[in-house]
Amino acid sequence: MTAATDELLRLEGLTRAYPGVIANSDVSFTIRTGEIHALLGENGAGKSTLVKMIYGLVRPDQGRMLLSGRPYAPGRPAEARRQGVAMVFQHFSLFEALTVAENVALGMETPPPLRILSGRIREVSEAYGLPLDPARHVGDLSAGERQRVEIIRCLLQDPKLLIMDEPTSVLTPQEVEILFGTLRQLAAAGTSILYISHKLEEIRSLCDEATILRRGRVVATCTPRERSAREMAELMVGASLAVPSRSPATHGAVALQVSNLSRPSPIPFGTPLREISFSLAKGEILGIAGVAGNGQDELLLALSGELRSAPGAITLNGQPIGAAGPAQRRKAGLVAAPEDRYGHAAAPDMSLTENAWLTAGARMPLSRNGFVSWGKVRDFAKAVIRDYDVRTPGPDVAARALSGGNLQKFLMGRELQQGADVIVINQPTWGVDAAAASAIRQKILDCAAAGAAVVVISQDLDELMEIADTFAVLNAGRLTAPRPIQGLDTEQIGLMMGGAHGMEEAHLAN
Amino acid sequence: MLRLEKRPNPSRFWLWFTPVLAVLLTMTAAGLLFAALGSNPFTVIRTIFWEPLAGSNASYFRAQLFIKAAPLILIAVGLAMGFRAGIWNIGAEGQYIMGAVIGASVGLAFYPTENRLIFPLMVAAGAFGGWAWAMIPAILRTRFNTNEILVSLMLVYVAQAILAKASFSFLRNPEGMGFPGSRNFSTYPAARNFDLIERSGLHWGAFTALAVAVAAYVLLTRHGIGFQIRLAGQAPRAARFHGVSPTRLIIFCLGTAGILAGMAGIFEVSGPAGQLTENFATGYGFTAIIVAFLGRLNPLGIVLAGLLMALTYVGGSLAESRLNLPAASIQVFQGMLLFFLLGVDVLTNYRIRLSRSQSKGAGA
Repeated sequence: MTAATDELLRLEGLTRAYPGVIANSDVSFTIRTGEIHALLGENGAGKSTLVKMIYGLVRPDQGRMLLSGRPYAPGRPAEARRQGVAMVFQHFSLFEALTVAENVALGMETPPPLRILSGRIREVSEAYGLPLDPARHVGDLSAGERQRVEIIRCLLQDPKLLIMDEPTSVLTPQEVEILFGTLRQLAAAGTSILYISHKLEEIRSLCDEATILRRGRVVATCTPRERSAREMAELMVGASLAVPSRSPATHGAVALQVSNLSRPSPIPFGTPLREISFSLAKGEILGIAGVAGNGQDELLLALSGELRSAPGAITLNGQPIGAAGPAQRRKAGLVAAPEDRYGHAAAPDMSLTENAWLTAGARMPLSRNGFVSWGKVRDFAKAVIRDYDVRTPGPDVAARALSGGNLQKFLMGRELQQGADVIVINQPTWGVDAAAASAIRQKILDCAAAGAAVVVISQDLDELMEIADTFAVLNAGRLTAPRPIQGLDTEQIGLMMGGAHGMEEAHLAN
Repeated sequence: MLRLEKRPNPSRFWLWFTPVLAVLLTMTAAGLLFAALGSNPFTVIRTIFWEPLAGSNASYFRAQLFIKAAPLILIAVGLAMGFRAGIWNIGAEGQYIMGAVIGASVGLAFYPTENRLIFPLMVAAGAFGGWAWAMIPAILRTRFNTNEILVSLMLVYVAQAILAKASFSFLRNPEGMGFPGSRNFSTYPAARNFDLIERSGLHWGAFTALAVAVAAYVLLTRHGIGFQIRLAGQAPRAARFHGVSPTRLIIFCLGTAGILAGMAGIFEVSGPAGQLTENFATGYGFTAIIVAFLGRLNPLGIVLAGLLMALTYVGGSLAESRLNLPAASIQVFQGMLLFFLLGVDVLTNYRIRLSRSQSKGAGA
């Protein structure tokens, strides 16, 4: 086959600028028919903008695209879909109260009757090894199954190019294997796949070609199998990476004890917490893994004090705090950092100074007789901005004006700077670039070295392997018994996480 | 094509300039309305906005201005705290009435005793009346999660029924020859809310309103509770994370609004109104909602907004009587003011952009 017929999508000099930032500059590469092509880059490297241009959500300022040799300039996603380009987003757009088939029908322009559609969903799901019952409600599905709904929705359109945005962030290792099997099968049948990720090992095992973006430009194109993960990471970051250093820890007395904590979820379609027990010593970092939606948010609420429990269910340095609210817990020495930054961990429309007061007010000497000393709060916010390298004009800027990664650095700093005895963090480095993520991990290790007990809830297994001393998995609201992280391999962790969906029984024994 | 683009930070300039723009737009649109009604729009606008301040008999109208503005400001400051927190007390009118009824009852119970403590006691009783009336929606909301908008609004009509009952029976003036209405406080010095500066309209309520506005401003900007109020309104989940107890916040905000509305009621009945009659309540509690928003829910803004609203009242009735305008046209005028105010509010958080046409992007 000659290169000309082999080529599915060619991008030539795509450029797109937003006020104040150039998201993509002169991006060119090609995707061949039946190729799994990786698009690699840190947060903010311009991956999303590029993909949005291909999918017709954003128009390029300059440059052009060719699809099967013909000019391709979709004005809307519907046009892109008609021409054979489909996309699975990182965040699903599904209605929890509707069934799988109804959700699929909603995404189609001219849906067939539900009965026929259900039949086709079954056919496709069997053909590609993605088991899915079209009659089930999406609210009852796991994250992995929800992703299947999105993938099948795309496959029903018989796409020539399937774009997948960070598809594995919500999957267990076993589910990842199933997905990869499907993707390889699709590629073998001639569908091209544009695979966006920053997980390098995955890309090495799955992809044929990789285009690496940095600050909106293509910095390298390579064959991932021939490169090491470290080489690719350094291409992505443009510098050599520092690996967080940790000293062998000597753990002190028990700081946090959770015994038999069971609570219904306050979140609609949430997961109740079931008999959660663990204890955590001073200087210890407990890593809690698990697929999203297995009780992580609820566990954070229960530990932060937003969800109350029996007084004795949670003790801090021996004191029962289960019935105490968030402010009392902070005073007693427990700080928490929720996952959702805009609206939960921070008030988006308030300034960074006000957001600093949001949690630091309880512990730090920043007020007198109930009156806030805004000058001191501002100094505290400034110190966090300085120490955590937050890129912002100053502490008076509204939180929503910061990028996700920058705001996360600020919010991590806000909690870690308070000298608390126990620190609970949900997703410390979600959406943060590699350099900042490793800086945040280092700060967490430093806090533990200084004697803090830390609970890190994360879906990034590599992150937990890097910083945690003990490891547990949250699955359907239950926590496995924590185990020392040394000696655990991916296989064992995968089994602790409940394996592929449909193997739930396995974990109940734990 | 016009496009709205969200500002990264709210514009401080537009935050303060939008009310001015709204007033100008109201003047223009209302001018057209008055012209359509056959009046000279410039004369009408001048009569409403200028005559009460500097025309003939201005000193009388200025006193009227303060008399009208004081209760509006007092009530609106209380409402604004709740509105900031996302607690929608629509029933300040009822709390205002109950403040007047309870306060007047306490005062008249001592008639004709002369004692300096009677007036302060009446004010406290009025505050209690408003507070108690506001506690009904507060407790129903916190205990049974009922909607405070509906409950507080419905209680206005209950309060009006109690007011009618009071003026016809238990507070009726025994020496009033059977006419409905209480004794007149102007004939009972110990219970009278007199002007602190003779004939200025500046009675105790006016000074209380000013002091309350300043105190509320300090509370909202400098105190931890003020922060909780603002946070609860802007980001409810962040507020729970901060440690705000929704129950305590609801009780606090509704209670404060009730106390201030109740005080406005007793100041009014013992001063400008003079006696409690069936027609005592003239809608200050509802107009205060407009005043609260006109003042951007900022206590100092509310002082200005209250004065502006009082001006449209005083000037409006002046225009009605001097220029023979229908009362409804003045109400439309006041409605326009709120309409424009809420409309131009969008400029605080958004900027208007002329976007490039669709075809240009497609050609790229």
